[in-house]
Amino acid sequence: MRVVIAEDSVLLRAGLIKLLETSGFEVAEAVGEAAGLLAAVDRHRPDLAIVDVRMPPGHTDEGVRAALVLRREHPGVGVLLLSQYVEERYAADLLSAHTSGVGYLLKDRVADVAAFLDALRRVAAGGTALDPEVVSQLLLRRQSDPLDRLTPREREVLALMAEGRSNAGIAAALVVSESAVAKHINGIFAKLDLPHAEGDHRRVLAVLRFLEGGT
Amino acid sequence: MASDTLPGRVLARAPWSPGAWRDTAHAASGAPLQLAGWTIMAAPWLVWTPVSTLPVTAALLLPALLVLVLLRPATHAQRERMWAMLGLDVPAPAPRPGGPLRGPLRALRTEDLWREVRYHLVVGPLLACGAVGVLLAWTAGAALAAVHAYAWALPPGGPLAAGGHAVRLGLLTAAGALLLLAAPWLAAGVRALDARAAVRLLGPDPAAALAARVADLAGKRADVVDAADLERRRIERDLHDGAQQRLVSLALNLGIARATLTGVPDDAMRAIVDAHEEAKEALAELRDLIRGLHPAVLEDRGLDAALSGVAARVPVKVRLAVDVPERASSTVEAVAYFVVSEALTNVVRHAGASVVDVAVRRDGARLLVTVADDGAGGADPARGTGLAGLARRVRSVDGTFRIVSPAGGPTTLTVELPCAL
Repeated sequence: MRVVIAEDSVLLRAGLIKLLETSGFEVAEAVGEAAGLLAAVDRHRPDLAIVDVRMPPGHTDEGVRAALVLRREHPGVGVLLLSQYVEERYAADLLSAHTSGVGYLLKDRVADVAAFLDALRRVAAGGTALDPEVVSQLLLRRQSDPLDRLTPREREVLALMAEGRSNAGIAAALVVSESAVAKHINGIFAKLDLPHAEGDHRRVLAVLRFLEGGT
Repeated sequence: MASDTLPGRVLARAPWSPGAWRDTAHAASGAPLQLAGWTIMAAPWLVWTPVSTLPVTAALLLPALLVLVLLRPATHAQRERMWAMLGLDVPAPAPRPGGPLRGPLRALRTEDLWREVRYHLVVGPLLACGAVGVLLAWTAGAALAAVHAYAWALPPGGPLAAGGHAVRLGLLTAAGALLLLAAPWLAAGVRALDARAAVRLLGPDPAAALAARVADLAGKRADVVDAADLERRRIERDLHDGAQQRLVSLALNLGIARATLTGVPDDAMRAIVDAHEEAKEALAELRDLIRGLHPAVLEDRGLDAALSGVAARVPVKVRLAVDVPERASSTVEAVAYFVVSEALTNVVRHAGASVVDVAVRRDGARLLVTVADDGAGGADPARGTGLAGLARRVRSVDGTFRIVSPAGGPTTLTVELPCAL
């Protein structure tokens, strides 16, 4: 799996390269700013781009803007944003364009190697990976909506779904059976009036669309 | 000190003491300028007596105008005299913009100008009379005290001729001596009155000076508060660029080691695992510390984004409403952020609330922050240090802090902040 990295901190860039290479990824190129990222993706056509939100020259949201361009010009390239803090608008920007092949994680999460690599693979395969903090902030915004009808357990399940976890992953996280999870998910769909649709990530897409207020 | 006792004080005012001469010189040097105002006003009438309306008006107005123009130079001269002769520093009055002619005319309605008029046309002339009195006391005293010295030269048979008028001459000499002794006291009195009048009338207006001092202090405090805030942001940036990046990298490397090393002895692996967990915890703690200092999201994105982050992290349901169309100063935003995050921490720790309403609203030049929970109530700023710290931080930017928290709840915290310092 080929990856392009855009990260201005030299230390973290080196760490990421080492992590990816020891884990069987191929790092096609690692750059320090947003403009370089677009060029590198043009050149290498990777499966995934890991992008820091805050990069030179402005140190604000260069990464998000570059990611949006990437999603438009190279829809096949998964984009994982790394941020020092959670900014739901970044997540919303990213998700409103495309709800597949995107991720948004706090930088600290890279230290959780296994979970981070899992998130990378998910995003590269067209799935999603949202930081639990992103999800809770998005939920905070929507709590006057039909979400109020959900039971606390269903909210937990919804949050885990939004992070991009599978039924099995949710069951493990909540220490319940997979069939119980499936029951909760059906309950969520029913309460949120979500239509049935085709595709692997139907649930996640539906949840995300709901989170951005698209339904 | 000798001058504290009565003989000492009398000696200090002896006609030959330096103080007596200094006071006399001070009084005498002030008189010409103190009399100048009325001299100018009277000058036209001394040389010519106009009768018809126009010349009369001119004879009144032109000298008045001249006096008006000369007020400021005269004031400066008098201040210089106070400094040169008494070492008394009368602060400069507020500058009068508009040039030497238009300035005074524009200032006609200001209190400052009329205080100067009072010195140069009312108090000054009276002091000048005092100065004349001082000079008279000296000269008449000297002349009378020395009457014996020249009595022999007076025409024989005259009323003061030597011989035959011993008693009268003795009385005159005594009167002269008394005048000589009194002159220093008179001079000291004129000096003291002049100094007081100069400070009151020639310096800046005391009320205006107080107002300026208040404004100056308010400005300085705003600077200090801003500097503290700037310092917090600098520390945040330093931590973010330095320690945090290193720690992320360290935790990442430990994570790689943990995931990829094989064939490592169990205890060594345990050490790596422990180190990795510790590094992750340190990272979480550092992140919390940085958030408490001055979160970057606050600077980049404003209160709404920063507060939704805070609200999402607390383990209680928060309804957040931020309506701040125009951003407040960054120092004030930092205080508002601090208020909400501390208040939420308090709610989680003590209130046992099920829902918290946080509202931040801009009302003109004020930022209104309310945090209301449905918890146990009974919060008292006098007891907990958290609330007292909150109140202190709010006061530091001239905000108001109110908490209503009856036992049994609910608790409402209201903070009002100025949007600009």
